Amino acid sequence: MAQLTFREAIARGIAQEMRRDETVLAIGEDIGAAGGVFKGTVGLFEEFGPVRVRDTPISEQAILGAAMGAAMTGLRPIAEIMFSDFFAVCWDIVVNEIAKSRYMTNGQMTFPLVIRSGNGGGLRFGAQHSQSVENWAMMVPGLKVVVPSNALDVIGLMAAAVRDPDPVIFLEAKALYASKMEVPDGEIVDTLGTAKVLRQGADATLVALGAMVPKALKAAEELAGAGIDCTVVDVRSLVPLDTTTILREVSATGRLFTVEENPRLCGWGGELSSIVSEEIFYDLDGPIVRITTPHIPLPAADALEDMAIPSVERIVATVTQSMNG
Amino acid sequence: MSSATLDLNAKLELYRVQVALRQFEKRAYDLFLENYVKGTSHLSLGQEAIAAGFAAAMRPDDYTFATYRGHAHTLARGVPMTPVLAELMGRTNGLMAGKGGSMHLTSVEHGVMGSYAIIGAHLPIACGAAWSAQYRGTDQVAVCFFGDGSTNIGAFHEALNFAAIWKLPVVFVCENNLWMEYTRTTEITAVPNPAADRASAYGLESIIVDGNDVDAVYDVAVTAIARARAGEGPSMIEALTYRHGGHSRADPGKYRPDEEVAEWLKKDPIPMYHARLLAEGATEEQLVEIELSVAAEVERATEEAKAGPTPGADLLMKDVWADGGSAWRN
Ligand SMILES: Cc1ncc(C[n+]2csc(CCOP(=O)(O)OP(=O)(O)O)c2C)c(N)n1
Ligand SMILES: [Mg+2]
Repeated sequence: MAQLTFREAIARGIAQEMRRDETVLAIGEDIGAAGGVFKGTVGLFEEFGPVRVRDTPISEQAILGAAMGAAMTGLRPIAEIMFSDFFAVCWDIVVNEIAKSRYMTNGQMTFPLVIRSGNGGGLRFGAQHSQSVENWAMMVPGLKVVVPSNALDVIGLMAAAVRDPDPVIFLEAKALYASKMEVPDGEIVDTLGTAKVLRQGADATLVALGAMVPKALKAAEELAGAGIDCTVVDVRSLVPLDTTTILREVSATGRLFTVEENPRLCGWGGELSSIVSEEIFYDLDGPIVRITTPHIPLPAADALEDMAIPSVERIVATVTQSMNG
Repeated sequence: MSSATLDLNAKLELYRVQVALRQFEKRAYDLFLENYVKGTSHLSLGQEAIAAGFAAAMRPDDYTFATYRGHAHTLARGVPMTPVLAELMGRTNGLMAGKGGSMHLTSVEHGVMGSYAIIGAHLPIACGAAWSAQYRGTDQVAVCFFGDGSTNIGAFHEALNFAAIWKLPVVFVCENNLWMEYTRTTEITAVPNPAADRASAYGLESIIVDGNDVDAVYDVAVTAIARARAGEGPSMIEALTYRHGGHSRADPGKYRPDEEVAEWLKKDPIPMYHARLLAEGATEEQLVEIELSVAAEVERATEEAKAGPTPGADLLMKDVWADGGSAWRN
């Protein structure tokens, strides 16, 4: 067992896979000797050298194009897009090229690649370095989307993503990079498409993702003190989506609250609400409530950013009001 | 210019390939007018020497990256006519069972690693395949074709810099047919030669070739591919050519001056090569026999493609994922 930060877990997960499989390579801006702007790749360059851990120019289309071309010819690249907001400058490669090419070629090609990216707010970086873009990725047929909420899951889901034969968007919540937990030694491999029930309660189900998971857990503790007993589900993987677990946990309490960092419109919770209403409507005891960032670009000032992103207080207040209303 | 390295038999084969591309695409155009080929199609009529010359210089395991104007590049790598034509017609015996269409021809087993319809996107992807070959130590080379208009998009410049700094085994081939869609490329480009004039910005040699002379194309291809295979890095070649028809579908290309079209029709690569081969010792009978056997092949492919079944619902939900399915939830 060792205390590991979320950022250290990223490097550990990548290293675990690079040791196992020579076809796994890492590329991105400043990921080599510098260890990544978020220090998510520290130690990889020293262990695996400049051929397997390679710095790139500021060329996001070239980075992802290279990953795609390498994946279609037998390698398993892990490419970094520094901030997920930057997907906007290379989205063509993700959406039109990587995501569509297997289908268009009638299965002639596979794309076993991972695109890691620092996602979301909390660091006061302002609108162009803070958006939570999981909903962008989720709506594209052909992409798998993974968003871990803790160091242990980072390692296991990274391993699963690298081993998966399909393209995986791996979003690392920037707000969690410094978070720490005890992580067992040895190889850790998780399964894509599995949600985790982190806490079981009788009254309401909070379904959260990424940086919202620790907040939902904290809120659940406070709510328990006030007599509202909540289940907390960590979605972990938007595609594939573990609807079996989520629907079961929503049915059990009869209430669904989503906690989402993405801006409101077309956030993942909207899709989840639709599935719940279509499939387990009669198990519901009250309205589905979505707790999201409002539909605004994120402001920089700490006071404003804290108001925008769902907080423990907002979760507690929203759930309390809705349960008592 | 006549290639010093090719013997007459090899040249007869280059002739056959060009004639095959020409006759195939003429048939594809007719089938488009008859509504057998739906959607859109972009023909390489007049530009055949480039695809033919490069394919001849490539090893079977080298990679081709083409654009939406990619019928010629696909066929030139040895993909049979029937699946290509059937793909254009949306049939299950198509190269991708009708799921890709004219603009996305792909045959991995022939090294045709896709035809891409977003301008510029495949240049970085070709870099990726070249990077992979470099890492795996296979000395395969990626050859990436694109148009003059494609030199003004960001991906072009990102890819050239990337290929240069990583010394990737990739050959970029700009088929300069003077026009993007309906706009003359010199009118919207800062330099007269859209590819060659940019080469120096990436530390590359400026190379221009007569893209209607298959021997010249072949020679330049051999050199660039050898350089890439030897680990000496990328090259970029600008091949001057002209499309005989419009940009796509039934576009008559009326925006182009008649004199310009007439002048380029005189430089049609196929009659030019026909004359050269006669001068170099081929007989008229040999060339006619090639033309007739290609015509028979096109006829057969047309019948086979037309006989292909239209795809059913089973194909619709297949192959989003590597497990063959499309499930996004459990
Ligand atoms: C990003 C993007 N912008 C615009 C288009 C529409 N488009 C398709 S072909 C074309 C012209 C390309 O010209 P060129 O690169 O010279 O190739 P050519 O068609 O002459 O072979 C354009 C603008 C596109 N497919 N992708
Ligand atoms: Mg052009």
